[in-house]
Amino acid sequence: MWKDNLRGIYYIAIKDMKTYYLKPPAVSWGIAFPLAWILAFYLRNPQDFRELVPGLIAMTVLFSTTAAEAVVINFELRLGSLERLLLAPISLSAVLLGKILGGVIFGFMMTAIVTLGTVSVLGLQANAPFLVLIIILSLFAFSSLGALLCVLVKEVFEAQTLLNLPRFVMIFLCGVVYPVSALPPAVKHFAYVLPLTYTVDGVQQSLGSVQSGNIILDIFVLIAFTLVFIFPAIKLLAKKFA
Amino acid sequence: MRPLEQTFEMKQDSANVISVSGLTKYYDGLLAVDGIDFEVKEGEVFGFLGPNGAGKTTTIRMLTGLSQPSAGTAQVLGHDIRTGIVLAKKEFGVVPEVSNLYDELTALENLVFMAQLYGVPSDERVKRTEELLKTFGLFEKKGARFSTLSRGMKRAVTIAAALIHRPKLLFLDEPTVGLDVVNARSLRSLIQKLNHQGVTIFLTTHYLEEADLLCDRIAILVRGQVVALDTSDNLKQLVKSEPACEVRFAPTPEEVISDLEKQRGIHRVESSGANLHLYGESMPSLTEAIFQYASQKGLEIASISSAKPTLEDAFVQITGMSLEAMLVEKGGR
Ligand SMILES: Nc1ncnc2c1ncn2[C@@H]1O[C@H](COP(=O)(O)OP(=O)(O)OP(=O)(O)O)[C@@H](O)[C@H]1O
Ligand SMILES: [Mg+2]
Repeated sequence: MWKDNLRGIYYIAIKDMKTYYLKPPAVSWGIAFPLAWILAFYLRNPQDFRELVPGLIAMTVLFSTTAAEAVVINFELRLGSLERLLLAPISLSAVLLGKILGGVIFGFMMTAIVTLGTVSVLGLQANAPFLVLIIILSLFAFSSLGALLCVLVKEVFEAQTLLNLPRFVMIFLCGVVYPVSALPPAVKHFAYVLPLTYTVDGVQQSLGSVQSGNIILDIFVLIAFTLVFIFPAIKLLAKKFA
Repeated sequence: MRPLEQTFEMKQDSANVISVSGLTKYYDGLLAVDGIDFEVKEGEVFGFLGPNGAGKTTTIRMLTGLSQPSAGTAQVLGHDIRTGIVLAKKEFGVVPEVSNLYDELTALENLVFMAQLYGVPSDERVKRTEELLKTFGLFEKKGARFSTLSRGMKRAVTIAAALIHRPKLLFLDEPTVGLDVVNARSLRSLIQKLNHQGVTIFLTTHYLEEADLLCDRIAILVRGQVVALDTSDNLKQLVKSEPACEVRFAPTPEEVISDLEKQRGIHRVESSGANLHLYGESMPSLTEAIFQYASQKGLEIASISSAKPTLEDAFVQITGMSLEAMLVEKGGR
């Protein structure tokens, strides 16, 4: 039983990862958007660019995974291919976990490119194990968030719209552009309930740019967010097939 | 030990592949399936015949785990659909109303992906896929993207995908909708071939001829209820056996229907195209009246035959619906 489910998760993830980047939203939201930001920031202020690297990595994690989920879930809901997956002898949770894992793998490739590129070009020192762990946990958290928001709606464009609100709120509040510590107190508290804050903090610490935070806390919070997103996502998907 | 084992096996053989009891589905306030009961026996082709919106697809969705019943129970391949559906899925295949394989994958990749999901051993995946594509006459198309295939080919690949794990039971939801006559015919013979190989078939259709041709037993579903369930022949027997004749005159006079109805021995006349259906007391009195009328009017009898009740007659009589209800065409993919 669990063996069937694991196999299902694996093959769904691989298939999604392989077919997904052929889709337009993957290219525009997952790749072009973060790259455009990198370029914009670099051109504006090449000296301080180094400080923006953690934010860029976090943003790539956020956009690549959430954009992927919108396609692999909503496209497939519309075309009925998600039903085909549900007809296979695996559980509905396995199907959704496969979708989330596919987003993680796609996001990992995108983030790896951005991370290796910036870190090596700028010659940054990284605590590699922590950096990789923070990135992977963040990929799971945001892929799950993407899945959750995507099962709330029917169409790809609705999903993209729904995803944009948390995306832009997080870009501005979670330390991607302005440090969280520089925010007004009320807004600061709000920043602490957003998962991207912990991604940015974890990446900053792995790159040695900020020492104030607690990376272990980041790790646990990201795991908690993942679980908080996955369970309702499974419930909501099951409701679509009630 | 031996005899015991054999009786056990025999019991298994005669067991129902599907048994449904009181199955009901509400969509919000709408009653889509209304407490149906039926059984599908091993090795048969079971037809679910009904007009648009009768609840055919809803029933298949419940039996295959894509939708939860509002009430009632069903066993599929010995598993309760509420608790054991994942196990049952290993042994049934489903061909949905709309082909839903991946457009961006090739025919081969689609089938291999299905094989992976169903746990077909890795050394067999490509072999089985190629075998199936050969059976369906699509071997040369194995490298073609699904989106580039014709409608008939898409249907065929979709059926192949449902067979990759060698299921014992195949659900087919309106398999020939949207296909041209040639493709529909070859698909029907393929369904027969599968059945001869031992696959139990559960088929929905709104084509009466298709049900008549393919199905061992037919359930007629109207507004969510099974209003009749029997073999095609037995359903036809249900039609009031009023003697009937089919005639064509050359030429056909304008007043032919009212004229004929005045003849002794003829009760009722219906026209279907150039042919006339005449109902009367007995065959001899019918034929006598017809010949008399023809010589009176100096008409030639182009053809005459006794008319047996068709499944269409049975359908009309059982459901009280007109045949038009079944003729609504739907676009398939
Ligand atoms: N997801 C749904 N939500 C609400 N109502 C639905 C849903 N699916 C089907 N229905 C309704 O349930 C009834 C039965 O539909 P169903 O699709 O089972 O019919 P069908 O016999 O398969 O018809 P067709 O020949 O058109 O395929 C219809 O009235 C339909 O409108
Ligand atoms: Mg239907």
